[in-house]
Amino acid sequence: MTTTYAVHSEGLEKRFGEVHALRGLDLAVPEGTICALLGPNGAGKSTAVRLLTTLITPDGGTARVAGHDVAKDPAAVRRVIGVTGQDASVDGDLSGRENLRLFARLQRLRGAEGRARADELLAEFGLVDAADRPVRTYSGGMRRRLDLAASLLIRPRVLFLDEPTTGLDPASRNRIWEAVRRLADRGTTVLLTTQYLEEADRLAGHVVLIDDGRASVTGTPAELKARIGRYAEAVVAEDAALPAAAMVLGQLAGAEAVLDPARRAAGAVTTDPTLTLPRIVRELDAAGIPVVDATLRPPTLDEVFLRLTAPKELVA
Amino acid sequence: MTIIAYDESKGARVALAGRAVVGDGWAMFGRHLQRLRRAPGLFILTQSMPVTMLLFFGYVFGSAVALAGGADYRAYLVPGLLVATAANGIMAGMFQAAADNHRGVMDRFRTLPMSRAAVPIGQAASEVAQAAIGLVPLAAVGYAVGWRIEGGFGPAVGAFGLLLLFRLATAWVGIWLGLAAKSEEAAGQLGGATFMLPMLSGAYIPTAGMTGWLRTVAEWNPISAVSAACRELFGNETAVTAGAAWPVAHPVVASVGWSLLLMAVCVPLAVRRYDKSTK
Ligand SMILES: Nc1ncnc2c1ncn2[C@@H]1O[C@H](COP(=O)(O)OP(=O)(O)OP(=O)(O)O)[C@@H](O)[C@H]1O
Ligand SMILES: [Mg+2]
Repeated sequence: MTTTYAVHSEGLEKRFGEVHALRGLDLAVPEGTICALLGPNGAGKSTAVRLLTTLITPDGGTARVAGHDVAKDPAAVRRVIGVTGQDASVDGDLSGRENLRLFARLQRLRGAEGRARADELLAEFGLVDAADRPVRTYSGGMRRRLDLAASLLIRPRVLFLDEPTTGLDPASRNRIWEAVRRLADRGTTVLLTTQYLEEADRLAGHVVLIDDGRASVTGTPAELKARIGRYAEAVVAEDAALPAAAMVLGQLAGAEAVLDPARRAAGAVTTDPTLTLPRIVRELDAAGIPVVDATLRPPTLDEVFLRLTAPKELVA
Repeated sequence: MTIIAYDESKGARVALAGRAVVGDGWAMFGRHLQRLRRAPGLFILTQSMPVTMLLFFGYVFGSAVALAGGADYRAYLVPGLLVATAANGIMAGMFQAAADNHRGVMDRFRTLPMSRAAVPIGQAASEVAQAAIGLVPLAAVGYAVGWRIEGGFGPAVGAFGLLLLFRLATAWVGIWLGLAAKSEEAAGQLGGATFMLPMLSGAYIPTAGMTGWLRTVAEWNPISAVSAACRELFGNETAVTAGAAWPVAHPVVASVGWSLLLMAVCVPLAVRRYDKSTK
């Protein structure tokens, strides 16, 4: 049986002078799914998106979007994709409404239809009050929302979103997530990049961890989380109690604890699914440790990378 | 405009592509007009420059330039300034194209299924529209300082048409150079230098009085041919003497030829450059 992939790349490479931004990226995103590319700064996420959306051409390897080769038939690719890049791609001197109407026309929406669709999106993204102001007077989050609205004028077959919710407030973030889910429900394939594990978790059926220009780990969010585990952390009242707290946490987690003396915190990653927060607090309390705060949460991206990627110098 | 269908026949593809160029180019033209309405400052400045130059050159240098037969220098200067203003298409085109090319919105245009030529075409069209508006104040002030249309209505319309055609051609030169420029600053410096071009032509002073090699250079400068053509069509003194180079001796044909030649070279270069930049 052959699966059709909406996005399929093999050995994708891109160099910018000395910088080897992508070193053989393999991606296979099935039609109608949401895939998240997760990675630290400089991992190559944006480069991958720019290659797949025909903005730059690869130095090696191949990539197909909805069956069309991005290097050989970019025009065909452009007909089936929607894109919101990492940087603003709307015209600052036009108003929000003028921007959307222009992009609607360029996507062959008829006059009245395009105007109606623009108004609909302005309402959906909370931009009605600012609709007739030049975009350069918008706040960063408003501009971001307009940028996202612009890629949703028509329902694309494949939607690319490069860090769609970076810099957005929680309400706007939820609105974006809803819009993305609705599109996916109607059959659009979505490839998004993010720095937030939570975002990948909430939206994506499939997560690809990009590190140093390659896909280092792939899987469903559940699989990834099972591999990553959770992060147990305790903050204590006095410095003297820190080593003891680290010892207790380490035993509970089954892994070595790390100390953060500045915050008087000790933490450890655990892959034990039965460990609970009450138990952590009880054990610490029983050991006579003055706990002032305790958490058991998914690890941050930094912690994920430290655990799942080969140990190397971290370039922030 | 209908949705681009997946029609494989070549004729249908060409027809669709043609419709896309016109429709998308028109949409991009609209974008430029909207931008202009929001930020008219630069437009007003560029329109008032030639009027200032007319008064400055006309009255400050006017007394120093003697034309054969005692013709009025200011009447001679007006058509030249109209042409010099049209030649500003290079500078304006460069500034605009270079600035636009570094705007984030270009990334969106490049990922939309629109015609690859639409962005430069929209800009060129907006340049011509601005130039057409700009002719009015300059011609009006020219009239006030003594310039007259003496060759009849038809030829005068021809002269204005020629001015707009030349503006279109120079705009394409500018758009190509602006897209090819490494940075906005580089485009700004090179564009500013094009201010010199009309000085090396018959726009402000007759080429007949220039020394040998300079005269040859000036007369092969397209601005000289267009200036002579406009003077001829407006019925003004052309100050073209025997022994002038071919383009100046046959100014109307040469002006159309120069314009078409510049476009034949620069339109494909500009469109290709637009398509390839950021790659
Ligand atoms: N146009 C360019 N010229 C030179 N180097 C570039 C260019 N674009 C990207 N790079 C380099 O390629 C590498 C990958 O960059 P990319 O933008 O893809 O990272 P990213 O994963 O999107 O990071 P971020 O999370 O910061 O957005 C980086 O080292 C970056 O400096
Ligand atoms: Mg990025």
